[in-house]
Amino acid sequence: MLAYIVRRVLYAIPILIGVNLLTFALFFVVNTPDDMARMQLGAKRVTTEAIEKWKAERGYDKPLLFNEKASDIGKLTQTIFFEKSVRLFVLDFGASEDQRNIGAEIQKRMWPSLALAVPVLLVGLAVCVSFALGMAFFRASPLDFWGVVLCIAMMSISMLFYIVGGQFLLSKVLHLVPISGYAGGADAVKFLFLPVAIGVIGGIGSSSRWYRTIFLEETAKDYVRTARSKGLAETTVMFRHVLKNGMIPILTGVVVVIPLLFLGSLLSESFFGIPGLGSYTIDAIQSQDFAIVRSMVFIGSVLYIVGLILTDISYTLVDPRIRLQ
Amino acid sequence: MPVILATDALVWLLAAALVALALYCRSQPHLAAPWSRVFSSRAAMASLVVLGCFATVGLLDSIHYRPALEAKAGMKGTAYSSEVLSLLDVALARLKGRGEKTYSAPLATRSYAKELVELPDGKQAREFPRLRYGGAHLAQEEDALRDIFATIGLGLLAAAIAAVLIGLAVRRLERRRPDVPWRAAGATLLAIVALALPMLLLSRHYHVLGTDKVGQDVLYLALKSIRTSLVIGTVTTLVLLPLGIALGVMAGYFKGWVDDAIQYVFTTLNSIPGVLLIAAFVLMLQVIIERNAEVFPTAAQRADMRLLGLCAILGLTSWTGLARLLRGESLKLSQLEYIQAAQAFGVSHTRILGRHIVPNVAHIVIIALVMDFSGLVLAEAVLSYVGVGVDPSTTSFGTMINAARLEMGREPIIWWSLAAAFVFMFLLVLAANLFADAVRDGFDPRVRV
Repeated sequence: MLAYIVRRVLYAIPILIGVNLLTFALFFVVNTPDDMARMQLGAKRVTTEAIEKWKAERGYDKPLLFNEKASDIGKLTQTIFFEKSVRLFVLDFGASEDQRNIGAEIQKRMWPSLALAVPVLLVGLAVCVSFALGMAFFRASPLDFWGVVLCIAMMSISMLFYIVGGQFLLSKVLHLVPISGYAGGADAVKFLFLPVAIGVIGGIGSSSRWYRTIFLEETAKDYVRTARSKGLAETTVMFRHVLKNGMIPILTGVVVVIPLLFLGSLLSESFFGIPGLGSYTIDAIQSQDFAIVRSMVFIGSVLYIVGLILTDISYTLVDPRIRLQ
Repeated sequence: MPVILATDALVWLLAAALVALALYCRSQPHLAAPWSRVFSSRAAMASLVVLGCFATVGLLDSIHYRPALEAKAGMKGTAYSSEVLSLLDVALARLKGRGEKTYSAPLATRSYAKELVELPDGKQAREFPRLRYGGAHLAQEEDALRDIFATIGLGLLAAAIAAVLIGLAVRRLERRRPDVPWRAAGATLLAIVALALPMLLLSRHYHVLGTDKVGQDVLYLALKSIRTSLVIGTVTTLVLLPLGIALGVMAGYFKGWVDDAIQYVFTTLNSIPGVLLIAAFVLMLQVIIERNAEVFPTAAQRADMRLLGLCAILGLTSWTGLARLLRGESLKLSQLEYIQAAQAFGVSHTRILGRHIVPNVAHIVIIALVMDFSGLVLAEAVLSYVGVGVDPSTTSFGTMINAARLEMGREPIIWWSLAAAFVFMFLLVLAANLFADAVRDGFDPRVRV
């Protein structure tokens, strides 16, 4: 087991290097630091001095890959590639374009993101699994048919409308919860209620439909027939056997997104003004702060790879037939 | 002067390719069978009619030209306006040309905002001014409601005539192909006509869906947005398909280091969160367009390049799903006897791939294509909100929602642009989803009898 994990982690390294090279190519080769400076400084006619000053302040005035002026090892380390890209591997994110420490910011903003994303995941899973199991229980009946129609209709609505509609209904018309904002501690519940509810509702359509197919596939299997021929009631078959076996693909599918919860959700956070990593990323994209976008891309891929490894491990835990080699 | 935008050419090319594909499928029994299964579903026929209406609007909006300016004395040749128009603009000239000053509610005769107006007796007062065009033909403003109902009645009357025609057509078609649920298609068409005709008649004198902040007719904006959605949903596949098919099939067929290399590429691309990867690409695209601003003679061409770039980026970031499916399938196929027989006979790899593997994974490609469409349309709105979508000057559902969202706080609430974007987008995506479902059911080998 341990050897397997170690090997998986080693496999992850070339992928992270690939991500790193790709972001480096995108952010520094396709568009040069000069372009970045011009974009940040805004005006079309900026002086060369202003650009040079901007670059020097942020350490973009060095050569990209190879510094001839430096000595020895400095030839490689005093370059943009080393200082901006390689350092990401030790989780040193440096400063954003407005000279604030990205690492500290991430640590601070991680918690509101989790406070929103974890309830959305758990409540969403509970709601979708019950809905899907209900549809599977009443399979091939009008209830099932209209359930699927409802799922498809809900899938066809953009998340933006769920958010805007929810804000309008609960905050503007009924005045139940504040429209947006965030507070720490127990007050957070008031602010998080609506975003969590909308996050759950927005996900019902596609997840329930997918879970329904999983449960239906399960009901066609031999062990279900055996259970029925033993004389077990249909409810026992569904809740005891089908639910348990159907949860294997569902849960292992969920494992991959668990690490990504740290990144928060882009839309909800920025609509509801929750100071998490999602809104941080959106602000960075909108103000074209490349340093933050670069860091978030890297963290995102690290977390995704962690999720993949966790998925593989969880497969062996729930299904002893799978052996890791 | 005709202007061919890059996306226009691609959209028409795709439309032609679709027609060619349809003709080819008809001549091949093994492809015609699943399609006839698709077309025997009521939901598929109904959604196909809806999609067809959207496609007609989108295609009309994809023929562009620059109108000639009136010749002035002492000028040689004709000068062309810098504004690029489409055939849809010509058809909707009444909607496009008759802007108000600012917001106005659907079918309103007065503006949303109070203004300082001069009363006949010379005094000034703040009140809601009459609209420049909305209901301007009425002598008495109070007649508006009666006029609106009369127009709707007229529209419904016209729709009733259309209903007779549609009914006759359905009857004839039913006799020729009884297995296809023509009634569902006819009913959908009738519903669309019954909605569209009164709206069309009303739009001659009113703003049926109100106006937006700068006084543009919302109905016009919604119709213009259709093209953007269709372009994103279809042109993206031009990038997605070749990459997905070629790499997926090659990984599954050749195995070994080719497989490793291709898998490495798609795991790497996959591991970057989608929106961030797209954002990174789009930010770069912006810089490139900015740097080469002089290449594009009109603003429309520049916005179009951004749209095309966005499609390319969406394609580049979303081929991995298709490639993974195709890899698995061709891995399975390459073990089968007929492939091994072909290899034993010394048939070249390219020929095996082209003749034996690719045709046998075609059903996966078709299913993936129709399933991706709705996702791409929804993604456009989100990306435009994040600020990495289409050019702000391009009309799209995303930019409409974005503009409307900022006005949610006003009292009385401005709901009409949001509602219009919602209804149009919902119909498009719902139709696409239903159609995709039917296609999946028709092509899935597990349901074959």
